[in-house]
Amino acid sequence: MSIQGWTYLLVGITFAVYIGIAIWSRVGTTSGFYVAGRGIPPLANGMATAADWMSAASFISMAGLISFMGYTGTIYLMGWTGGYVLLALLLAPYLRKYGRYTIPEFVGDRYYSQTARVIAVFCAIFVSFTYVAGQMRGVGVVFSRFLEVDVTVGVLIGVGIVFFYAVVGGMRGITYTQVAQFCVLIVAYLIPAIAISWKMTGWAIPQIGFGSTLIEGQYAGLALLETLDTIHRDLGLPEYTGAWVGGKKSMVDVLAITMALMVGTAGLPHVLIRFYTVPNASAARWSAMWALIFIGLLYTTAPAVSAFARVNMIETLHEKSYTDAPQWFKSWEGTGLIVFNDRNGDGVIQYSGNPDTNELTVDRDIMVLANPEIAKLPAWVVALVAAGGLAAALSTAAGLLLVISASVSHDLLKSVMWKDMPQNIELRMARIAAAFAVVVAGILGIYPPGFVAQVVAFAFGLAAASFFPILLLGIFDKRTSKEGAIAGMLIGIGFTTAYIIWFRFVDPTATADRWLFGISPEGIGTIGMVLNFIVAITVSRFTPPPPLVVQIMIEDIRSPSGNRDS
Amino acid sequence: MVGLLAVWFVVSYLLGIVFVEPLNHFHLGGFPLGFWFAQQGSIYVFIILTLVYAVAMDRIDRRHGVESDSAPGHSHRSSETPE
Repeated sequence: MSIQGWTYLLVGITFAVYIGIAIWSRVGTTSGFYVAGRGIPPLANGMATAADWMSAASFISMAGLISFMGYTGTIYLMGWTGGYVLLALLLAPYLRKYGRYTIPEFVGDRYYSQTARVIAVFCAIFVSFTYVAGQMRGVGVVFSRFLEVDVTVGVLIGVGIVFFYAVVGGMRGITYTQVAQFCVLIVAYLIPAIAISWKMTGWAIPQIGFGSTLIEGQYAGLALLETLDTIHRDLGLPEYTGAWVGGKKSMVDVLAITMALMVGTAGLPHVLIRFYTVPNASAARWSAMWALIFIGLLYTTAPAVSAFARVNMIETLHEKSYTDAPQWFKSWEGTGLIVFNDRNGDGVIQYSGNPDTNELTVDRDIMVLANPEIAKLPAWVVALVAAGGLAAALSTAAGLLLVISASVSHDLLKSVMWKDMPQNIELRMARIAAAFAVVVAGILGIYPPGFVAQVVAFAFGLAAASFFPILLLGIFDKRTSKEGAIAGMLIGIGFTTAYIIWFRFVDPTATADRWLFGISPEGIGTIGMVLNFIVAITVSRFTPPPPLVVQIMIEDIRSPSGNRDS
Repeated sequence: MVGLLAVWFVVSYLLGIVFVEPLNHFHLGGFPLGFWFAQQGSIYVFIILTLVYAVAMDRIDRRHGVESDSAPGHSHRSSETPE
């Protein structure tokens, strides 16, 4: 069977499973819709969190990015896992113990202020929409490459599926679909990685193959990473494993970006909200651990895939005649994601670190999708990767849409406009909000604003500069007052937004010497977070302390005892 | 908890970033050591930290006589009152 035939088959089966799960787990209460009735076991929640967290960016783009960045790719590997330590130790169990449905709701209660809650709602909605646009785009790209349908049709099919299970099944439907999606995506990621590792190094475990000796091709007998360093030197590129060599990010920038991504992870509402679905604080800690194991499975495999793909790509294409280029090269060329520009007219592909002689441009996003074809794996493996990419994109999209839906129906409509809205109407509102959000996400996927990639950095920066400090102080500092929290959030958000807009749109060509402390816009959330902490703590010392009820509530969520759900 | 956070900081920011170049003079199999910490080791350490914390906190909960209905790794249904 052809790649396309296999893809239709596997994508068809997985989509049927997702819909089946949605029907089986449909909900009829607001508690079921927002937090899955708080009945999710930690292991299942760990899988759901992993699928929720690992987006199209993790599955499709990350290994490719690292493949081109070498050591510097560490910012994603550590940045997108280290935040779970902060979540498990500092936030998840306490937020779970407090209960309720949304993160803005905690902010509003803890800081006894509707203003704080509304600011938090707008951050949550903005961060989630930014993120969801990228997911829908990922769905479109996978569809257009593997099923040869139009990107628009691809996005519409994705929208249809998510619409169905998010609107019908709410958090419960999303959770169990995410469990299934995790299984699909991890199998789809590991099978080609294991096959390639086995083929290139003789080790079936990519994490070990990554550090061992190549057994095939022109570099057989040489250590993989050493070979990469040599190849890079020969092509005039900075060494693969080198950290502060020319052309790579500076140490201060790597520190700041890693911190911003870690702290941003711990402040992302769609991740935090997953810990509301388990029965108690202990289950929240265990689900963070399970989530990190499941995420770590992909994240420790990814850099190995990057290194294998890098060697493979250069070995297959560099100094090879264009007419002999393999089939995968031709099919990706059709999508415009690989470009060969024969500058010296000799019909041979020359790859080089020198922009004046380099003839090959490869989009970072295709490394994972093209990898099985580059390594000549069977058609069904290629199709499985397509199904895995879709699972990663759809699961993250669904989690984000639920945050948007809950923010609108629970935090804006119910708390601000109509306090005693009956449960059945709130549930209907939540469904309408989810449906509306799905449609907007679809439109963003079909007509992506040119700056999607740039705004994703913004989502992390904003989460780092707004939620994380306020949640942490809310739990561990009884003295932080509503004035402190509001001022902290506004300064954190304002500074981060201004910095990113300035260096992305007003002065995009600026380099490290013009950046504040040499920190790029991707890492500036770290400074935003520090400012938020400083302002919140200082202002709180000059304003009245929180009322007694709030102080009692804080003591209560920090003491080891039962839940506060009522 | 402070100890675990200290390990988190040392492994990721010091071993994986600040001291990566000096550590790269040592090797772990085919890996330069600093590079290994940055792209592999740190993630393993993160997992161990969350595991240690979950076990330790369950122990504290039990000492305070809190009914912990979530034995590690076992699935269970909610014991709380319906909302």
